[in-house]
Amino acid sequence: MRPTLNVIVQADDFDAATLQAGLLQGDASEGAVATFTGYVRSDNDNRQVHSLELEHYPGMTESSVLQILQESAQRWPVLSAGVVHRVGRLSPGEHIVWVGVSSSHRGASFAACEFIMDYLKTRAPFWKKELGPEGGHWVDARESDSERAGRWQAETDK
Amino acid sequence: MLRVLFFGRFREELGCAELSLEFSSSSSSLERLQHKLMAEQGVKWAEVLSQKNVICAVNQEVATENLALNDGDEIAFFPPVTGG
Repeated sequence: MRPTLNVIVQADDFDAATLQAGLLQGDASEGAVATFTGYVRSDNDNRQVHSLELEHYPGMTESSVLQILQESAQRWPVLSAGVVHRVGRLSPGEHIVWVGVSSSHRGASFAACEFIMDYLKTRAPFWKKELGPEGGHWVDARESDSERAGRWQAETDK
Repeated sequence: MLRVLFFGRFREELGCAELSLEFSSSSSSLERLQHKLMAEQGVKWAEVLSQKNVICAVNQEVATENLALNDGDEIAFFPPVTGG
C-alpha cells in the first residue's frame, strides 16, 4: 500500500493531538507513531526574541517537503507521514512545526521522523527573521543542521 | 518573460520580491541572468547576488549548476534556508 503523505503550510496554530489522531489510517499494521513538535524559543544565540517572522516560497515549500516525505517512505516502511509548518508572525512558546510518522514498529517511526526534520531544516524554503529589542535579525543557517542532514546521506553511501 | 523571485534577507536587502524580465540571449542561462541583474540593477544587487551561498531555484527546483533557461521560467534567488 502506498503511504499517505501530507504537507500543510499555514499561518494558524495547530493541535498536535488532532494531527496525531489524523495520521492513523485504521490499518491493523499501525503499531508505532512518532511525532515531533517545534516551538518558538524566547532566545537564540544570546539574542532576546520578541517574535519570529516566518517567510516561505509558496508552491516550492509544499513540493520540497513532500519530496522529503517521499524519500523517508523509500528509506523506511512508513504507513503515513505528515508535516505542518506555520508561517507569518509567531511569538515565543508558540508551535512552529509538527512532524508525525506512523509505521509498524518504533525504529522506522523514530528514524523517519528525525530524517524528515533534519531535511526540512536544510532543504525546505523557509526563512526566519527574529524581532527583538535591537530590531530585526535574519537567522543564519547553522553548520550543525547541515551536518545532521549529512549523516543521512553518509548512511546512504555506506 | 522570466519571472524572478527573491526571498528572505535578499528580498529585504534588494527591496524587491519579484520582477519580470524579457527573455533574451543575455538571460538564457542562470549564470547570465545573475550577471545581468548584477550589472543592470545597481551596486546593491551586485553585492547581494555575489555573496557566497546564493541559492538559485528554477521552476521551484534548486539548481546546483548553471542551467539553460527558457522563456516562461520562474527563477528564485535566496539565502540558505532556516525553517523548522
